[in-house]
Amino acid sequence: MRRRSLLKTAALLPAFAPLGARVVSAMPAAEAMTPALIEAARKEGKVSYYTAMDLSVAEPMAKAFEAKFPGIKVAVERSGAERVFSRVAQEMASKIYRADVVNSSDAAHFIAWKREGWLAPYLPDDVAKDVPSEMVDPDGLFYNQRTHLSTIAYNTKLVAPADAPKGFMDLLDPKYVGKMVKGHPGYSGTIMTATQQLSRELGWSYFEKLAKQKVLQVQSATEPPKRIEAGERAIAVDGSDYLFWLAKERGSPIEVVLAVEGTPQISNPMGVFKTAPNPNAARLMVSWIMSAEGQQFIVDLSGQYPANKRVKQKVGRPALSSIKTLREEASVVADKADQIKAQYSKYFKV
Amino acid sequence: MTGRLDLSRPLMVAVVALLAVMIVLPMGWLVVYAFSDKAGHPTLANFVTLFTDPAFVDPLVTTLIIAFSTSAICCAIAAPLGWLVARTDMPLARTFRVLVMASLVTPPFVGAIAWEMLAAPNSGLLNQVWRMLTGMPPDESLFDIYTLTGLIFVIACYTFPYVFILVANALDRMPGELEDASSMLGAGTWATARRITIPLALPTLAAGALIAFLQALNIFGSPAILAIPAGFNTLTTKIWSLFAFPPKPELAAASALPLLVLTVALLRAQSMVLGKRGYAVLGGKYGAPRVVRLGGLRLPAAVLAMFILSLPLFLPYAALLNTAFSPVSSQFVTPDTFTLRNVIFTFRELSSTLPAMQNTFVLATLSATVGAVLALLIAYVVARQAIRGWRVLDFLATAPLAIPGIVLGVGLFLAYTRPPLTLYGTLWILLIAFVTIELPAAYQQIRSAFHSVHPELEEAGRMLGATRLRTLWDITGPLLRASAVATWCFVFVGVIRELSAAVILFTSETKVVAVLIFDLKESGDVGAIAVLSLTIVVITTIVIAGANRLRVGRDSVRLRTVS
Repeated sequence: MRRRSLLKTAALLPAFAPLGARVVSAMPAAEAMTPALIEAARKEGKVSYYTAMDLSVAEPMAKAFEAKFPGIKVAVERSGAERVFSRVAQEMASKIYRADVVNSSDAAHFIAWKREGWLAPYLPDDVAKDVPSEMVDPDGLFYNQRTHLSTIAYNTKLVAPADAPKGFMDLLDPKYVGKMVKGHPGYSGTIMTATQQLSRELGWSYFEKLAKQKVLQVQSATEPPKRIEAGERAIAVDGSDYLFWLAKERGSPIEVVLAVEGTPQISNPMGVFKTAPNPNAARLMVSWIMSAEGQQFIVDLSGQYPANKRVKQKVGRPALSSIKTLREEASVVADKADQIKAQYSKYFKV
Repeated sequence: MTGRLDLSRPLMVAVVALLAVMIVLPMGWLVVYAFSDKAGHPTLANFVTLFTDPAFVDPLVTTLIIAFSTSAICCAIAAPLGWLVARTDMPLARTFRVLVMASLVTPPFVGAIAWEMLAAPNSGLLNQVWRMLTGMPPDESLFDIYTLTGLIFVIACYTFPYVFILVANALDRMPGELEDASSMLGAGTWATARRITIPLALPTLAAGALIAFLQALNIFGSPAILAIPAGFNTLTTKIWSLFAFPPKPELAAASALPLLVLTVALLRAQSMVLGKRGYAVLGGKYGAPRVVRLGGLRLPAAVLAMFILSLPLFLPYAALLNTAFSPVSSQFVTPDTFTLRNVIFTFRELSSTLPAMQNTFVLATLSATVGAVLALLIAYVVARQAIRGWRVLDFLATAPLAIPGIVLGVGLFLAYTRPPLTLYGTLWILLIAFVTIELPAAYQQIRSAFHSVHPELEEAGRMLGATRLRTLWDITGPLLRASAVATWCFVFVGVIRELSAAVILFTSETKVVAVLIFDLKESGDVGAIAVLSLTIVVITTIVIAGANRLRVGRDSVRLRTVS
């Protein structure tokens, strides 16, 4: 890990780095979306997709998949990544095998699931060809589906651009007391990931001070965008960047702030469970989402940053390479998630 | 005749066994967990944490404040309203009753979400209107729902109907002769009210206060929606947070036990108060209730009643309708902004909608039927002290009141994720949870109806040689049919409203609408919430209206039989 942190791109996604003493990786052979796979998937007729992706993207994506492969119904099981993690743990412990495809905004979850041996190796050929290797687990158990950011944003009707914060430290200014909303790391993988990065960069004392600013505490990273759009609060401390952009693009008075300290970056790994009741449909869905077509769909609809190199990011959004992002450390989150939640609750009381 | 087999005893044994499965087993596991550490060794450490760690003491205190305030507010509002509706010539009294029932159909967490739309400090519609009218600056607010007061207000909005219905029903059942006698002896209207009506209604009001207290104590949805944004926890939200990964069921179980003890104490106190008063007011005769003439106060009374109804009903539904058809929940719908986007999203895109609807209404129907039958049987046994150990039944049927739904959820989870009964992941575990949670209310309702039916009617039947079951079927049943239908509706609505146990017990395939709404709330998808809420409320209202036709039809039968 120390070696990798020197290399920026590789260090972005440490969840994909080899763990511990494991030296030999066992990358499975790449597989195509063959007619046989499609036929087998159709026989299963359904697939369940556990995800933290905002419903406004996840459901249309599911519908697009259903349209592409008629006869396969997708059940989207959407909650905050931390909540999805609890549910999966609860279901697996009770031997209820329902999850086919899992997708989380907390990359640490895949470290835990890999450790448990719950993930099935499966490597779509599009992933083998077109996804950067640092985004692919060396054992082919999971790969990044897309990348997004957790940004600050504000409602321009409530804050003049001149008064807007430039970064995280600005949010401690007394003039923002009672004007902010933020998500919760006990619920959201995006916020959990961002909290780990910000506490590393700015120290926990930052959150201690932020908690005194009378912040409206919501759960999901998808809610602060909706709250500032509704005008309930002027500034979002965090939240999924693509939802801020979508609101702005449909004419809402929203402005995104790329913090001077750096912006938390969040990868969204995806994989198939060994216990998947619909293994073929699961593989087909993963293959399609990782294909240029599936990736293009996500980009067109939401403007998140694609994992597939053949797909360009959405026009009008800042290039990922141009943004000062903070380093992702999934393995640290995997070890310290409980501490992070406890520390956070100590300051924010919930 | 006398040689005929009396099935009542085996039936009662079955009831006791069922209650054990529903209550004793999960609660047994809870107690075991409360006194265990992570490794399963006996310890008191959980209770030390509970009573010393501010992270637990603060929610405990907050919860008690909420429960006391809610109970007081509910009684203060429900008692006069119940009297106005049942005993005066206030206009629109019948409409008012129907509308109170309608407000009861509203799940409290939906009410809480609707009140967020109305009274969030900045985007709340009421605050916006006030700002427009008075020019109040943008950062100030008339109402702030994200406060302890706001939370108590919202909980009271959806708890007072319970108290109101109890009081109004009691006043209906009270024979007019006693009041007539009082008047004939020269007492004025108010003296009669004070000396006769109020004392007769008092036990019911006490029961209502207790129900309100316990509802507020155990409620999960409203605090989860309003307290967390405000930065505080109640005991239920705290307990819930203990089930996030990694779960801490030991601490959760320990947190639940003080509630159990408190509730048992309160229920005992209540039965002592009721025990001193014989109030079987329905023998063979039935007197029409007296009507007090309000005179010039008729109109103000009706206006007051409708204002109070606007809080749980008119305003929240206006807000939900607005949100359902608005692109952004904080904008008022105009012909220009009107959109069907939320409706299309909810029914065409959201893949959980239809399965959740189906689960919900199947469970509600089953739970209502099982719950009403069970409540009837238990109430009968207890009221007539038909078998030895009836006290145990009475306790078991009331005990779930003391168990926060969320804790019952955990108890059931602990009990039924292991052999021999592996029910987790099926609808059965939810059925058990819902019946258990609704049983106390159902039971209390039917029991108070039993209190009003004098046993001499049954004794007559028994003397003529009918078995206990036959008597129950032929004599007590018809007399209680209206109550039984009301109880069925009560449970049906209760299941639609239930969130706290479901939130622990659901799996992705057994999701109910309440959980779906909660999921949507956590991601801020209020448009879909509004559409879903309005849909389940409409369906529920249709079901209740149907059941009530049944009730009215049978009522006339009942009156003919008795007179």
